[in-house]
Amino acid sequence: MDAFTTLTGQVLVLPEENIDTDQIIPARFLTATSFEGMGDHAFADWRYDREGQAVPGCVLNEPRAAQSPILVAGRNFGCGSSREHAPRALLGFGFRVVISSEIADIFRGNSQNVGLLPVVLPEAVHTRLLAMDGEELTVDLEACEVRTPGGERHAFEIDGFARYCLLNGMDRLDFLLAQDQTITRYEERHERQDSAAAG
Amino acid sequence: MPNGQEDPAVSGQDDAGARTLFDKLWDAHIVREESADTPAVLYIDLHLVHEVTSPQGFDTLRARGLPVRRPDRTLATLDHSTPTTPPDANGERHYFTPQAKSQVQQLERNCDEFGVRLEGWGSQQRGIVHVMGPEIGATQPGMTVVCGDSHTATHGAFGALAFGIGTTEVGYVLATQCLLQRKPKTLRITVDGRLGQGVGAKDLILHIIRTIGVNGGTGHVIEYAGEAIEALSMEQRMTVCNMSIEAGARAGMIAPDQKTLDYLRGRPLAPRGEAFEAAAERWLALRTDPGAEFDREVRLHADDIAPTLTWGIDPGMSVPVTGTVPAGGAPGTDRALGYMGLEGGQALLGHAVDIVFVGSCTNGRISDLREVASVLQGRQVAAHTRMLVVPGSEAVRRQAEAEGLHEVFLAAGAEWREPGCSMCLAMNGDLVPPGKTAVSTSNRNFEGRQGPGARTLLASPLTAAACAVAGKVVDPRDFLPAPAPKREAA
Ligand code: SF4
Repeated sequence: MDAFTTLTGQVLVLPEENIDTDQIIPARFLTATSFEGMGDHAFADWRYDREGQAVPGCVLNEPRAAQSPILVAGRNFGCGSSREHAPRALLGFGFRVVISSEIADIFRGNSQNVGLLPVVLPEAVHTRLLAMDGEELTVDLEACEVRTPGGERHAFEIDGFARYCLLNGMDRLDFLLAQDQTITRYEERHERQDSAAAG
Repeated sequence: MPNGQEDPAVSGQDDAGARTLFDKLWDAHIVREESADTPAVLYIDLHLVHEVTSPQGFDTLRARGLPVRRPDRTLATLDHSTPTTPPDANGERHYFTPQAKSQVQQLERNCDEFGVRLEGWGSQQRGIVHVMGPEIGATQPGMTVVCGDSHTATHGAFGALAFGIGTTEVGYVLATQCLLQRKPKTLRITVDGRLGQGVGAKDLILHIIRTIGVNGGTGHVIEYAGEAIEALSMEQRMTVCNMSIEAGARAGMIAPDQKTLDYLRGRPLAPRGEAFEAAAERWLALRTDPGAEFDREVRLHADDIAPTLTWGIDPGMSVPVTGTVPAGGAPGTDRALGYMGLEGGQALLGHAVDIVFVGSCTNGRISDLREVASVLQGRQVAAHTRMLVVPGSEAVRRQAEAEGLHEVFLAAGAEWREPGCSMCLAMNGDLVPPGKTAVSTSNRNFEGRQGPGARTLLASPLTAAACAVAGKVVDPRDFLPAPAPKREAA
C-alpha cells in the first residue's frame, strides 16, 4: 500500500447520493482473479453505453477526470456490497481521496485497507465542496484537514490507527501477525472452555 | 463448563452489568482490547469463502509463504460465477465467460493447496454461502462469522455476530483468524404485533429499510426484537438479517430461542447429544439482558406493514403494493423514476412485469419455494412473463424436488434451475435484459444490478409468484389459498 501524507489536486464532483458499489464497479467485472486493470472498469455503466461507446456528457469521460485525484461525491457514498474491487477501481482510475458527508462502513474500511483516503466532512462543508468541481483542494492527512485555495481549513476526523497505517503505508497484516502469541493463547483458552462445556 | 456455574463471558446479572446480545459476543471474541491507538483484535470463529472475493486473499498468503491458520474454521463454496444450467451431455459446464470458469478453478486450486474444505461441484451441500452455512449447521449462536460478502449478516439470525469484509481482510482472516475492528454502536429495532396474512419477512425488512433509510444503520449493529420477530421462523429471520446491510448496518442479529435450537439440532456440523444440550444452555443465555442499553432504539408496529415492493434504485425506495410511487421533483427521485421507466405519482398495481426471479440468499430457501408453489399450483405464468426459480442450495433443490415443487413450477411455465446466486447479481449470465422490468426476491435494486439497464422491483416470494401469474404487479393477498369455508349462519 502506498503511503499518503498530503496531496494537492483537482476535484471531480459526482453529486449523486447513495452511489453504490454496483455503480462503482459492476458485478460482471468481478470475475477477475487479480485487481490489475480494475480502474478501466470504474463506473463502466456510467461511462459507456451498451455498445461500448463513451457516453457524451459524462464527467468521468472528460480528460480532466483521470487527472483529478480527489473525488467529492454525494451523501452515503459506497453503499452496497463488500467488494474491495470498488476502492481498487477508484484507485486504478486515479483517485486517492474520496470526500463525502457520509461514507458506507464496509467501503470506508476497504478504502483504508487499500490506500484510498476516505474523508467525511460535515454537511455544510460538504455542500460547499460539491460546488468546487474542477477546482483545487489540499488534503493533509498529517494535519487532518482539507484546505481550499481561498484559505478555508476544514478539519476531519479519522481513526488514529487508520491514519497511522495510511501515513506510513503500513500493511495491517504485519500488525496482526505480530499478535500471534496472543491469538494462540486466546485459542487455547476458548477451546478449553468449549470442550469443558461439551464434556 | 460444569452445570450451574455462570460463565462471566456470557451472562450479565444486574442492570449495571446488563449487556446486549452484541456486547456478549463482542466481549467473548476480544483477543486484544481496543485502545485509542489501535482497534480491537477480534477472533473469528467461522470464515466462509467464495470464488469472487477470495483469490487475492489467497495470493497474499502465497506471497508471504503463510498457511491458512485455521482450515478447520474455514469453509468454501462456489455460488456467484457458477452457471445455473445443468452440464451438457459430456458433463461440461457452460460458464458465462472464460474468466468465470478460471475464477472457479482458482478457488478449487486454492482450497486444495491450503487444505480448505470446499463444497464445490458434485458436493451435495454446495449452495449460496449464506444458505449453505446455516443449513449444514456451520453457523451457530455465539459465533463470529465473516465472509467477503456483505450479506453475511444473514447468519445473525442465529444470534451470531456476522458481517461482510473486503478481500484484503479475507487475507488477514486466512492468515491470522482475526480482524482489526472498532466497536460499532448498537441499534435495537423492536417490532410489536403480528404480520398480517400475505405479509412476510421480506415485506418487514423492506418496511424497516424505508423507515430508517438506506444509511439508517451505518456504524451500528442491529438487533431485531419484539413479538413480530419472535414469531418468525428461522428462514424468515434469515431474510430479515440478510438485508441489514441495505440499511447500512454491517450486522443484524436476533437472540437465539427454542426455534433456533430446533433448527440446529441434528444438522451435520452442529454439536450432538450432550454437547448439544450444553451448547444450547450457553446459547440461550446470549439474549440481551433486561435493562441493557442500546445506543439507539426504533419501535415499529406490524399492523403498519403491507406487502411491499421497491419502485426505485435503492432498497429504501419502496411502497406498499397498493401505493403510488413518489411524484418527481427531487434529483434522486427523478433519476430513479427515469431509470425505472415510471411516471411520478403512478400506482404500482398493474405495472407490467417481464421477468420474475425467485432465489438468492434472501429468499431462495425451501419455505420461500413452498410459498411460491402455493400460488403457482394450478395456475400459469403469464404468457409475456419469464419466470426463473433458482434454489439457494443443493439441499433446497433436493427438498423441493422431493416435495414435487419443481413440477409445480415447470407446469406453470417457470424455469427450474441449479443452485447459485444467478440473477441476483447477474455475474453468471442470468441477466435481465436492458429496459425490462423484473420482480425479484433478491436484495438489491441498484441500477444495473441484474444486468445493464435492468429494472428491478424487490418483493417477497409470495408477491413475486402472484406477479408472475398476473404478468403485472398485483396484491399477493388476492392469491392466498382460500380460507377454510365457514358454515353459513342459518
Ligand atoms: S445471492 Fe446475491 S446477495 Fe446473496 S451472496 Fe449471492 S450475489 Fe450476494
